Amino acid sequence: MIEVRFHGRGGQGAVMASRIMANAFVRIGQYGASFPMFGFERRGAPVTAFGRFDANPVREKTQIYHPDIVVVLDPSQRFFEKVYSGLKSHAVLVLNAALPFETQPHENLETAGIVNADQISIEEVGRALPNTCMLGAFAATTGHLPLESLEAALEDYFQGSRLKANVRCLRRGYEEAAVGHF
Amino acid sequence: MQARSEQDARIMVITGNAAAAYGAMLCRPDVVATYPITPQTEVIEKLFEFAASGELDAEMVPVEGENSAMNVVTAASMAGGRVFTATSSWGLAFMYDAMLAASGTRAPVVMVNVNRETPGIIAVSSGQQDMISTRDSGWIQLVAEDCQEILDQVLMAYRLAEDHDIQVPVMVNYDGFYLSYLAGKVEVPSKKRVSDFLAVLNEQPKRQILLPGQPLGCGTHGILQGFVELRYKHVQAMERAKAAFDAIDQEFASQFGRGYGGQIEEYRTGDADIVLVASGSMCGTIKTVVDRKREQGLPVGLVRLRMYRPFPSEKLTQVLKDRKAVGVVDRSVGFGIQGGPIYSEVCSLSAKFGGASVLSFIDGLANTDVTSDHVEQMLDLLSAAARGEPCPQVTWVCMEE
Repeated sequence: MIEVRFHGRGGQGAVMASRIMANAFVRIGQYGASFPMFGFERRGAPVTAFGRFDANPVREKTQIYHPDIVVVLDPSQRFFEKVYSGLKSHAVLVLNAALPFETQPHENLETAGIVNADQISIEEVGRALPNTCMLGAFAATTGHLPLESLEAALEDYFQGSRLKANVRCLRRGYEEAAVGHF
Repeated sequence: MQARSEQDARIMVITGNAAAAYGAMLCRPDVVATYPITPQTEVIEKLFEFAASGELDAEMVPVEGENSAMNVVTAASMAGGRVFTATSSWGLAFMYDAMLAASGTRAPVVMVNVNRETPGIIAVSSGQQDMISTRDSGWIQLVAEDCQEILDQVLMAYRLAEDHDIQVPVMVNYDGFYLSYLAGKVEVPSKKRVSDFLAVLNEQPKRQILLPGQPLGCGTHGILQGFVELRYKHVQAMERAKAAFDAIDQEFASQFGRGYGGQIEEYRTGDADIVLVASGSMCGTIKTVVDRKREQGLPVGLVRLRMYRPFPSEKLTQVLKDRKAVGVVDRSVGFGIQGGPIYSEVCSLSAKFGGASVLSFIDGLANTDVTSDHVEQMLDLLSAAARGEPCPQVTWVCMEE
């Protein structure tokens, strides 16, 4: 089972990203279950979401304390200790940021895929909505999902020009993610 | 996405809330009256989307509060309509008197309640205290474990509520946050298949209805024998609901390929010395721990309560017979009683199932996770109890020292 933890802020689309990811895993014949954890819905407040993906039905209904992968949609959280809490060894980070890391943020972190999802989404959607771009970067960094299944999944959540813009975000996230190893 | 056959079902990735809304829509209610509350709001949003797109042809009544929601659906139900509403926590508390009217007049209302902690301490978080606090409202109460079961239980709820031999309102409970917002794979059956499943309701005798211009006394036998008789009949109907639910579950399994076990689900209980009794979303996690313990050779199992009211006393007595230790996990507290509310009910059966030590575990209050570690702690304590070691009767697993 792959366990993914998303860190973002209300309004960035972390919850939507976790749902689209579950949708894409189901499209390739796997099982996915994702849920967010927050109290009140508030724009700008930190949001954590959890995704579990497996060939078998996912039964666990708890938060994720030992993720394989962390997806950080909020650039301001890249140095937060809590983002890296409990990382499994050989862990992967997918990060929305303009600049690469100078030092390894956590000893268990092996791979990082970095993409400037804010900038890309401002260009493609008109404002900073990094979530779909981050999904592209996730696919490029981890290899767990084909881009086509994510593209197909987007159709369940967007329509018309917004769908087209988000498909462009997804593809650019996939192409422009700078994947490196620590 | 493709299902086995597009005509039979669609595979979708939807939340528990959306699953509840799909379940309701597929049963084609005549009247839907709702008021939003976290974490239930998405149910209503989805239902209004269905109404706007024409998928749902119901009279949608956006009321000014939950009390009105319950009164609207009760009245519509008494007039012969199929009805639906949804609520949670504060909302459930605010409709309590109307809930009593619904059950007292035997209106076959179906409602989902998205479990959340109750008013007092402002907790926007999961917990079954709301369900527990309506224990004696005279409603049938079901509890689901995952998104698929939420949808399936809504379909079964209509069969149960509108059964001519039952005619009692049904509440389908599922954990807020853990299930309300959980996006997972759900098979959404076609309207045709759901109509087939509900068709038997059309073949039974017509129930008594109350219509404008046709005066009729309902719930008016308020003293002495009239009251006693109605209460007795209501209690008897609740008893009949147990076997009826088992039968509906079996029929559901034959029609949709998914069976859950009726009043209770037994998970690896066959030769288990140690059994946990639990309900709701935590059971998924417990099953994974049971599997792990089994691999280590520890004979443990889970009994999942799918029906909270009527309480499956006979089934539980049967399955808990001759175990060494039984643990009951409550996602709620019992004020002024020793241990959790479901624990205390299981204890009331212990003379019948005999022998076993019965321990109470309070866990998962207010979005504290029922983690695998917690479940292991419970099983460790039960193992000690099974060996005859002294153990605390009540453990607040979710409370940090």
